Amino acid sequence: MAEIAEEGGGGHGKGKKRGKKPSARIDMTPMVDLAFLLLTFFVLTSTFSKPKTMEINYPAKPEPTDNIKPPEVKNGLTLILTKDRIFYYKGEFILPNDPKGRPATQLEETDFSINGLHKLLVDLNKSAIEEIKVLEEKAKRKEIPDTTFKRLVMEAKGKKEALTVLIKTDDQATYKNFIDVVDELNLAMVGKYVTVDMMPQEYELLKQKLGNQ
Amino acid sequence: MPKVSLKKPSPSLDMTPMVDLAFLLVTFFMLTASFREAEPVVIDPPGSHSDKLLPENYILVSIDASGRPFFGISNAQAKAKTLERMLQKYNVQLTEKQKKEFMKLSVFGVDIKELPRYLDMTDAERQKYKTAGIPNDSLNPQLKEWILYAAQEANAVYLEAKEAAKSKGQDFKMEKPRYAIKADQKTKYISVKKVIDTFTDIKIYRFNLITSYEGGSKKE
Repeated sequence: MAEIAEEGGGGHGKGKKRGKKPSARIDMTPMVDLAFLLLTFFVLTSTFSKPKTMEINYPAKPEPTDNIKPPEVKNGLTLILTKDRIFYYKGEFILPNDPKGRPATQLEETDFSINGLHKLLVDLNKSAIEEIKVLEEKAKRKEIPDTTFKRLVMEAKGKKEALTVLIKTDDQATYKNFIDVVDELNLAMVGKYVTVDMMPQEYELLKQKLGNQ
Repeated sequence: MPKVSLKKPSPSLDMTPMVDLAFLLVTFFMLTASFREAEPVVIDPPGSHSDKLLPENYILVSIDASGRPFFGISNAQAKAKTLERMLQKYNVQLTEKQKKEFMKLSVFGVDIKELPRYLDMTDAERQKYKTAGIPNDSLNPQLKEWILYAAQEANAVYLEAKEAAKSKGQDFKMEKPRYAIKADQKTKYISVKKVIDTFTDIKIYRFNLITSYEGGSKKE
Protein backbone atom coordinates (compact mmCIF):
# COMPACT_ATOMS: atom_id res chain seq x y z
CA MET A 1 0.00 0.00 0.00
CA ALA A 2 1.06 3.50 -0.61
CA GLU A 3 2.39 5.07 2.51
CA ILE A 4 3.09 8.53 3.65
CA ALA A 5 6.68 9.44 3.13
CA GLU A 6 6.69 11.95 5.87
CA GLU A 7 9.70 13.73 7.08
CA GLY A 8 10.70 13.37 10.66
CA GLY A 9 9.10 16.70 11.41
CA GLY A 10 9.74 18.83 14.50
CA GLY A 11 12.37 18.03 17.03
CA HIS A 12 15.19 19.65 15.09
CA GLY A 13 15.14 22.59 17.33
CA LYS A 14 16.57 24.93 14.77
CA GLY A 15 15.50 28.48 15.10
CA LYS A 16 15.03 29.09 11.45
CA LYS A 17 11.80 27.95 10.01
CA ARG A 18 12.14 26.34 6.67
CA GLY A 19 9.30 25.45 4.33
CA LYS A 20 8.77 21.74 4.54
CA LYS A 21 9.67 19.93 1.40
CA PRO A 22 6.51 18.55 -0.06
CA SER A 23 6.74 14.81 -0.05
CA ALA A 24 6.84 13.15 -3.43
CA ARG A 25 4.21 10.57 -2.52
CA ILE A 26 0.70 11.21 -1.42
CA ASP A 27 -1.22 8.72 0.58
CA MET A 28 -3.97 7.63 -1.79
CA THR A 29 -5.66 5.15 0.51
CA PRO A 30 -8.54 7.38 1.67
CA MET A 31 -9.15 8.51 -1.86
CA VAL A 32 -9.27 4.95 -3.13
CA ASP A 33 -11.57 4.00 -0.27
CA LEU A 34 -13.91 6.76 -1.24
CA ALA A 35 -13.72 5.91 -4.91
CA PHE A 36 -14.68 2.32 -4.27
CA LEU A 37 -17.40 3.30 -1.88
CA LEU A 38 -18.94 5.51 -4.55
CA LEU A 39 -18.41 2.84 -7.15
CA THR A 40 -20.23 0.26 -5.10
CA PHE A 41 -23.03 2.68 -4.38
CA PHE A 42 -23.60 3.57 -8.02
CA VAL A 43 -23.32 0.00 -9.24
CA LEU A 44 -25.93 -1.16 -6.76
CA THR A 45 -28.36 1.71 -7.19
CA SER A 46 -28.21 1.87 -10.96
CA THR A 47 -28.91 -1.80 -11.63
CA PHE A 48 -31.66 -2.32 -9.11
CA SER A 49 -33.77 0.76 -9.49
CA LYS A 50 -34.90 0.26 -13.07
CA PRO A 51 -38.55 -0.73 -12.91
CA LYS A 52 -39.84 -3.60 -15.00
CA THR A 53 -43.27 -3.78 -16.45
CA MET A 54 -45.82 -6.29 -17.56
CA GLU A 55 -48.01 -5.52 -20.52
CA ILE A 56 -51.64 -6.35 -20.18
CA ASN A 57 -54.76 -5.73 -22.20
CA TYR A 58 -58.17 -5.19 -20.77
CA PRO A 59 -61.38 -5.90 -22.61
CA ALA A 60 -63.26 -2.98 -24.04
CA LYS A 61 -66.58 -2.21 -22.47
CA PRO A 62 -69.20 -3.40 -24.92
CA GLU A 63 -71.37 -0.67 -26.36
CA PRO A 64 -75.09 -1.20 -25.85
CA THR A 65 -75.52 -1.26 -29.61
CA ASP A 66 -72.92 -3.99 -30.08
CA ASN A 67 -74.20 -7.46 -30.52
CA ILE A 68 -71.25 -9.69 -29.77
CA LYS A 69 -71.68 -13.38 -29.27
CA PRO A 70 -69.47 -14.79 -26.57
CA PRO A 71 -66.66 -16.75 -28.22
CA GLU A 72 -66.80 -20.51 -28.02
CA VAL A 73 -64.41 -21.71 -25.36
CA LYS A 74 -63.23 -25.29 -25.44
CA ASN A 75 -60.60 -25.26 -22.76
CA GLY A 76 -61.65 -22.77 -20.14
CA LEU A 77 -60.55 -22.15 -16.61
CA THR A 78 -61.91 -19.65 -14.12
CA LEU A 79 -59.67 -18.45 -11.33
CA ILE A 80 -61.25 -16.79 -8.34
CA LEU A 81 -58.92 -14.76 -6.19
CA THR A 82 -59.40 -13.76 -2.63
CA LYS A 83 -56.91 -12.66 -0.02
CA ASP A 84 -53.81 -14.84 -0.61
CA ARG A 85 -56.00 -17.78 -1.65
CA ILE A 86 -57.05 -18.96 -5.04
CA PHE A 87 -59.98 -21.10 -6.16
CA TYR A 88 -60.77 -22.43 -9.59
CA TYR A 89 -63.15 -24.44 -11.69
CA LYS A 90 -62.84 -25.78 -15.19
CA GLY A 91 -65.20 -25.19 -18.04
CA GLU A 92 -68.39 -23.25 -17.79
CA PHE A 93 -70.31 -22.47 -14.64
CA ILE A 94 -73.11 -24.96 -14.03
CA LEU A 95 -75.91 -24.09 -11.65
CA PRO A 96 -77.40 -26.69 -9.33
CA ASN A 97 -80.33 -28.61 -10.89
CA ASP A 98 -78.91 -28.32 -14.37
CA PRO A 99 -81.50 -29.34 -16.98
CA LYS A 100 -78.94 -31.48 -18.77
CA GLY A 101 -78.12 -33.25 -15.53
CA ARG A 102 -74.53 -32.10 -15.30
CA PRO A 103 -73.08 -31.84 -11.80
CA ALA A 104 -73.12 -28.35 -10.32
CA THR A 105 -69.85 -26.44 -10.31
CA GLN A 106 -67.72 -26.85 -7.23
CA LEU A 107 -64.79 -24.61 -6.43
CA GLU A 108 -61.44 -26.25 -5.86
CA GLU A 109 -58.56 -24.62 -4.11
CA THR A 110 -54.99 -24.31 -5.25
CA ASP A 111 -52.10 -22.10 -4.16
CA PHE A 112 -49.39 -19.90 -5.62
CA SER A 113 -46.63 -22.50 -5.30
CA ILE A 114 -44.98 -24.27 -8.20
CA ASN A 115 -47.04 -27.38 -7.53
CA GLY A 116 -50.24 -25.42 -7.29
CA LEU A 117 -51.30 -22.89 -9.86
CA HIS A 118 -48.24 -23.33 -12.05
CA LYS A 119 -48.76 -27.07 -12.44
CA LEU A 120 -52.47 -26.62 -13.04
CA LEU A 121 -51.89 -24.13 -15.84
CA VAL A 122 -49.09 -26.09 -17.46
CA ASP A 123 -51.20 -29.26 -17.47
CA LEU A 124 -54.19 -27.54 -19.00
CA ASN A 125 -52.20 -25.62 -21.57
CA LYS A 126 -50.04 -28.57 -22.62
CA SER A 127 -50.91 -28.46 -26.31
CA ALA A 128 -49.92 -24.81 -26.70
CA ILE A 129 -46.75 -25.18 -24.63
CA GLU A 130 -45.58 -28.14 -26.69
CA GLU A 131 -46.33 -26.35 -29.93
CA ILE A 132 -44.38 -23.32 -28.77
CA LYS A 133 -41.46 -25.49 -27.71
CA VAL A 134 -41.24 -26.94 -31.21
CA LEU A 135 -41.33 -23.42 -32.63
CA GLU A 136 -38.62 -22.28 -30.25
CA GLU A 137 -36.41 -25.15 -31.39
CA LYS A 138 -36.98 -24.17 -34.99
CA ALA A 139 -36.21 -20.54 -34.26
CA LYS A 140 -33.01 -21.56 -32.51
CA ARG A 141 -31.87 -23.47 -35.57
CA LYS A 142 -32.80 -20.42 -37.67
CA GLU A 143 -35.31 -22.37 -39.70
CA ILE A 144 -37.91 -19.66 -39.32
CA PRO A 145 -37.26 -15.91 -39.11
CA ASP A 146 -37.91 -14.01 -35.91
CA THR A 147 -41.06 -12.23 -37.05
CA THR A 148 -42.65 -15.46 -38.28
CA PHE A 149 -41.75 -17.08 -34.99
CA LYS A 150 -43.52 -14.38 -33.02
CA ARG A 151 -46.58 -14.64 -35.22
CA LEU A 152 -46.70 -18.43 -34.95
CA VAL A 153 -46.37 -18.23 -31.16
CA MET A 154 -49.28 -15.83 -31.06
CA GLU A 155 -51.30 -18.20 -33.22
CA ALA A 156 -50.46 -21.18 -31.04
CA LYS A 157 -51.59 -19.27 -27.97
CA GLY A 158 -54.81 -18.25 -29.69
CA LYS A 159 -55.86 -21.71 -30.87
CA LYS A 160 -59.06 -23.28 -29.66
CA GLU A 161 -57.26 -26.03 -27.77
CA ALA A 162 -55.14 -23.48 -25.92
CA LEU A 163 -56.24 -22.53 -22.46
CA THR A 164 -58.55 -19.58 -21.90
CA VAL A 165 -58.50 -18.13 -18.41
CA LEU A 166 -60.95 -15.85 -16.69
CA ILE A 167 -59.62 -14.03 -13.65
CA LYS A 168 -62.14 -12.91 -11.09
CA THR A 169 -61.27 -11.20 -7.88
CA ASP A 170 -63.25 -10.45 -4.77
CA ASP A 171 -62.74 -7.29 -2.73
CA GLN A 172 -60.21 -8.91 -0.41
CA ALA A 173 -57.68 -9.85 -3.08
CA THR A 174 -54.52 -7.77 -3.23
CA TYR A 175 -52.70 -6.44 -6.24
CA LYS A 176 -49.85 -8.82 -5.49
CA ASN A 177 -52.19 -11.83 -5.82
CA PHE A 178 -53.33 -10.53 -9.16
CA ILE A 179 -49.81 -9.90 -10.47
CA ASP A 180 -48.72 -13.35 -9.29
CA VAL A 181 -51.51 -14.93 -11.29
CA VAL A 182 -50.78 -12.91 -14.42
CA ASP A 183 -47.11 -13.78 -14.04
CA GLU A 184 -47.94 -17.48 -13.86
CA LEU A 185 -50.16 -17.16 -16.91
CA ASN A 186 -47.32 -15.57 -18.84
CA LEU A 187 -44.93 -18.31 -17.76
CA ALA A 188 -47.42 -20.98 -18.77
CA MET A 189 -47.76 -19.37 -22.23
CA VAL A 190 -51.44 -18.63 -21.75
CA GLY A 191 -52.32 -16.04 -24.36
CA LYS A 192 -56.02 -15.72 -23.74
CA TYR A 193 -56.79 -14.37 -20.32
CA VAL A 194 -59.08 -11.67 -19.20
CA THR A 195 -60.22 -10.14 -15.93
CA VAL A 196 -63.93 -9.95 -15.45
CA ASP A 197 -66.37 -9.32 -12.66
CA MET A 198 -67.56 -12.17 -10.53
CA MET A 199 -71.05 -13.55 -10.99
CA PRO A 200 -73.30 -13.56 -7.89
CA GLN A 201 -73.54 -17.37 -7.98
CA GLU A 202 -69.76 -17.64 -7.94
CA TYR A 203 -69.60 -15.23 -5.07
CA GLU A 204 -72.03 -17.40 -3.11
CA LEU A 205 -69.83 -20.46 -3.69
CA LEU A 206 -66.76 -18.53 -2.64
CA LYS A 207 -68.46 -17.35 0.54
CA GLN A 208 -69.41 -20.94 1.38
CA LYS A 209 -65.83 -22.07 0.84
CA LEU A 210 -64.42 -19.30 2.98
CA GLY A 211 -67.07 -19.81 5.64
CA ASN A 212 -66.36 -23.51 5.99
CA GLN A 213 -62.83 -23.01 7.15
CA MET B 1 20.74 -21.98 -0.83
CA PRO B 2 20.30 -20.49 -4.24
CA LYS B 3 22.92 -18.02 -5.15
CA VAL B 4 20.59 -15.51 -6.67
CA SER B 5 18.27 -14.40 -3.99
CA LEU B 6 14.86 -13.24 -5.07
CA LYS B 7 14.29 -9.57 -5.12
CA LYS B 8 12.31 -8.50 -2.17
CA PRO B 9 8.92 -7.31 -3.33
CA SER B 10 8.49 -3.69 -2.65
CA PRO B 11 6.02 -3.09 0.17
CA SER B 12 4.42 -0.20 -1.59
CA LEU B 13 2.30 -1.10 -4.56
CA ASP B 14 1.60 1.16 -7.46
CA MET B 15 -2.10 1.76 -7.22
CA THR B 16 -2.36 4.36 -9.94
CA PRO B 17 -3.95 2.14 -12.63
CA MET B 18 -6.43 0.73 -10.15
CA VAL B 19 -7.40 4.19 -8.97
CA ASP B 20 -7.70 5.34 -12.55
CA LEU B 21 -10.05 2.51 -13.32
CA ALA B 22 -12.04 3.03 -10.16
CA PHE B 23 -12.60 6.67 -10.96
CA LEU B 24 -13.42 5.91 -14.54
CA LEU B 25 -16.13 3.53 -13.37
CA VAL B 26 -17.36 5.96 -10.75
CA THR B 27 -17.71 8.65 -13.38
CA PHE B 28 -19.46 6.29 -15.74
CA PHE B 29 -21.99 5.12 -13.19
CA MET B 30 -22.55 8.61 -11.89
CA LEU B 31 -23.36 9.89 -15.35
CA THR B 32 -25.53 6.97 -16.39
CA ALA B 33 -27.38 6.61 -13.10
CA SER B 34 -30.78 8.18 -13.05
CA PHE B 35 -31.89 8.88 -9.58
CA ARG B 36 -35.25 7.77 -8.45
CA GLU B 37 -37.32 10.86 -8.06
CA ALA B 38 -38.75 11.67 -4.70
CA GLU B 39 -42.21 10.22 -4.38
CA PRO B 40 -44.90 11.43 -2.06
CA VAL B 41 -45.55 7.85 -0.93
CA VAL B 42 -43.50 4.71 -0.83
CA ILE B 43 -44.86 2.13 -3.21
CA ASP B 44 -43.39 -1.34 -3.18
CA PRO B 45 -44.49 -3.07 -6.37
CA PRO B 46 -44.92 -6.85 -6.43
CA GLY B 47 -42.32 -9.02 -8.10
CA SER B 48 -42.71 -10.78 -11.43
CA HIS B 49 -40.63 -12.65 -13.97
CA SER B 50 -41.24 -10.07 -16.67
CA ASP B 51 -38.06 -8.36 -17.82
CA LYS B 52 -39.59 -5.71 -20.02
CA LEU B 53 -38.37 -2.24 -19.19
CA LEU B 54 -40.66 0.67 -18.50
CA PRO B 55 -41.05 2.71 -21.72
CA GLU B 56 -39.55 6.20 -21.75
CA ASN B 57 -42.72 8.06 -22.56
CA TYR B 58 -45.48 7.25 -20.13
CA ILE B 59 -48.45 8.49 -18.21
CA LEU B 60 -48.39 7.00 -14.76
CA VAL B 61 -51.01 6.35 -12.14
CA SER B 62 -49.58 5.12 -8.86
CA ILE B 63 -51.82 3.60 -6.25
CA ASP B 64 -50.53 3.33 -2.72
CA ALA B 65 -51.32 0.60 -0.21
CA SER B 66 -54.43 2.38 1.03
CA GLY B 67 -55.76 2.85 -2.49
CA ARG B 68 -55.07 6.57 -3.03
CA PRO B 69 -54.29 7.39 -6.66
CA PHE B 70 -51.36 9.58 -7.69
CA PHE B 71 -50.68 10.91 -11.14
CA GLY B 72 -47.60 11.71 -13.20
CA ILE B 73 -46.52 12.40 -16.79
CA SER B 74 -42.99 11.76 -17.99
CA ASN B 75 -42.97 14.18 -20.91
CA ALA B 76 -42.40 17.75 -19.68
CA GLN B 77 -44.09 19.43 -22.63
CA ALA B 78 -47.23 17.35 -22.32
CA LYS B 79 -47.19 17.84 -18.57
CA ALA B 80 -47.17 21.63 -18.84
CA LYS B 81 -50.00 21.62 -21.37
CA THR B 82 -52.08 19.21 -19.34
CA LEU B 83 -51.66 21.39 -16.27
CA GLU B 84 -52.82 24.46 -18.20
CA ARG B 85 -55.96 22.71 -19.37
CA MET B 86 -56.79 21.41 -15.91
CA LEU B 87 -56.24 24.84 -14.33
CA GLN B 88 -58.50 26.41 -16.89
CA LYS B 89 -61.21 23.84 -16.39
CA TYR B 90 -61.22 24.21 -12.60
CA ASN B 91 -60.49 27.93 -12.68
CA VAL B 92 -57.44 27.65 -10.46
CA GLN B 93 -54.62 30.18 -10.71
CA LEU B 94 -50.98 29.27 -10.29
CA THR B 95 -48.01 31.62 -10.23
CA GLU B 96 -45.01 30.97 -12.47
CA LYS B 97 -43.06 29.81 -9.47
CA GLN B 98 -45.74 27.33 -8.53
CA LYS B 99 -45.85 26.02 -12.08
CA LYS B 100 -42.12 25.50 -12.02
CA GLU B 101 -42.52 23.63 -8.75
CA PHE B 102 -45.21 21.47 -10.33
CA MET B 103 -42.88 20.48 -13.15
CA LYS B 104 -40.43 19.15 -10.60
CA LEU B 105 -42.93 16.74 -9.09
CA SER B 106 -42.73 13.23 -10.51
CA VAL B 107 -46.15 12.29 -9.20
CA PHE B 108 -48.68 14.15 -7.12
CA GLY B 109 -51.88 13.19 -5.39
CA VAL B 110 -53.88 16.24 -4.40
CA ASP B 111 -57.17 17.77 -5.36
CA ILE B 112 -56.53 20.49 -7.92
CA LYS B 113 -58.03 23.07 -5.56
CA GLU B 114 -55.34 22.25 -3.02
CA LEU B 115 -52.61 22.41 -5.64
CA PRO B 116 -51.47 26.04 -5.05
CA ARG B 117 -51.08 25.41 -1.34
CA TYR B 118 -49.36 22.08 -1.94
CA LEU B 119 -46.88 23.64 -4.36
CA ASP B 120 -45.93 26.36 -1.87
CA MET B 121 -44.77 23.75 0.64
CA THR B 122 -41.21 22.62 1.03
CA ASP B 123 -40.27 19.03 0.28
CA ALA B 124 -40.25 18.16 3.96
CA GLU B 125 -43.71 19.62 4.48
CA ARG B 126 -45.03 17.73 1.49
CA GLN B 127 -43.75 14.47 2.92
CA LYS B 128 -45.85 15.05 6.02
CA TYR B 129 -48.88 16.39 4.19
CA LYS B 130 -51.79 13.99 4.32
CA THR B 131 -53.41 13.82 0.93
CA ALA B 132 -56.46 11.88 -0.08
CA GLY B 133 -55.10 11.14 -3.53
CA ILE B 134 -56.62 12.55 -6.68
CA PRO B 135 -60.41 12.52 -6.46
CA ASN B 136 -61.82 9.79 -8.67
CA ASP B 137 -65.55 9.42 -8.47
CA SER B 138 -68.43 10.31 -10.71
CA LEU B 139 -69.09 13.62 -8.93
CA ASN B 140 -65.50 14.72 -9.03
CA PRO B 141 -63.74 12.82 -11.80
CA GLN B 142 -60.44 14.69 -11.65
CA LEU B 143 -58.30 11.62 -12.25
CA LYS B 144 -60.24 10.83 -15.40
CA GLU B 145 -59.74 14.36 -16.68
CA TRP B 146 -56.04 14.35 -15.87
CA ILE B 147 -55.66 11.09 -17.77
CA LEU B 148 -57.81 12.21 -20.68
CA TYR B 149 -56.00 15.54 -21.14
CA ALA B 150 -52.61 13.96 -20.59
CA ALA B 151 -53.34 11.28 -23.18
CA GLN B 152 -54.43 13.90 -25.70
CA GLU B 153 -51.47 16.19 -25.04
CA ALA B 154 -48.91 13.38 -24.95
CA ASN B 155 -50.19 12.06 -28.26
CA ALA B 156 -50.14 15.57 -29.74
CA VAL B 157 -46.55 16.06 -28.58
CA TYR B 158 -45.64 12.68 -30.03
CA LEU B 159 -47.20 13.40 -33.42
CA GLU B 160 -45.70 16.89 -33.54
CA ALA B 161 -42.24 15.51 -32.85
CA LYS B 162 -42.79 12.86 -35.50
CA GLU B 163 -43.80 15.44 -38.08
CA ALA B 164 -40.88 17.70 -37.18
CA ALA B 165 -38.42 14.84 -37.51
CA LYS B 166 -39.95 13.81 -40.81
CA SER B 167 -39.72 17.27 -42.34
CA LYS B 168 -36.11 17.61 -41.28
CA GLY B 169 -35.33 14.11 -42.43
CA GLN B 170 -34.01 13.09 -39.04
CA ASP B 171 -34.33 9.80 -37.28
CA PHE B 172 -37.38 9.65 -35.10
CA LYS B 173 -36.72 8.02 -31.80
CA MET B 174 -39.48 9.10 -29.46
CA GLU B 175 -41.74 6.36 -28.19
CA LYS B 176 -45.49 6.45 -28.30
CA PRO B 177 -46.97 7.39 -24.94
CA ARG B 178 -47.88 4.37 -22.82
CA TYR B 179 -50.06 4.06 -19.78
CA ALA B 180 -48.37 2.70 -16.70
CA ILE B 181 -49.97 1.61 -13.47
CA LYS B 182 -47.92 1.18 -10.36
CA ALA B 183 -49.46 -0.23 -7.23
CA ASP B 184 -48.22 -1.58 -3.95
CA GLN B 185 -48.20 -5.28 -3.12
CA LYS B 186 -50.76 -4.66 -0.43
CA THR B 187 -53.06 -2.50 -2.51
CA LYS B 188 -56.49 -4.04 -2.77
CA TYR B 189 -57.21 -5.18 -6.28
CA ILE B 190 -60.50 -3.29 -6.33
CA SER B 191 -58.62 0.01 -5.92
CA VAL B 192 -56.55 -0.90 -8.97
CA LYS B 193 -59.69 -1.98 -10.79
CA LYS B 194 -61.26 1.40 -10.14
CA VAL B 195 -58.33 3.13 -11.81
CA ILE B 196 -58.37 0.66 -14.70
CA ASP B 197 -62.09 1.30 -15.16
CA THR B 198 -61.26 5.00 -15.33
CA PHE B 199 -58.88 4.25 -18.17
CA THR B 200 -61.27 1.95 -20.01
CA ASP B 201 -63.97 4.62 -19.77
CA ILE B 202 -61.85 6.79 -22.03
CA LYS B 203 -61.03 3.87 -24.31
CA ILE B 204 -57.55 3.07 -23.13
CA TYR B 205 -57.18 -0.68 -22.80
CA ARG B 206 -53.48 -1.40 -22.84
CA PHE B 207 -51.39 -0.97 -19.73
CA ASN B 208 -47.93 -1.49 -18.44
CA LEU B 209 -48.15 -2.77 -14.90
CA ILE B 210 -45.00 -1.90 -13.04
CA THR B 211 -43.41 -4.74 -11.13
CA SER B 212 -40.02 -5.35 -9.65
CA TYR B 213 -37.95 -8.06 -11.23
CA GLU B 214 -37.73 -11.19 -9.12
CA GLY B 215 -34.89 -12.59 -11.13
CA GLY B 216 -34.31 -16.18 -12.06
CA SER B 217 -35.14 -17.72 -15.38
CA LYS B 218 -38.46 -19.14 -16.40
CA LYS B 219 -39.74 -21.95 -14.27
CA GLU B 220 -39.79 -25.30 -15.94
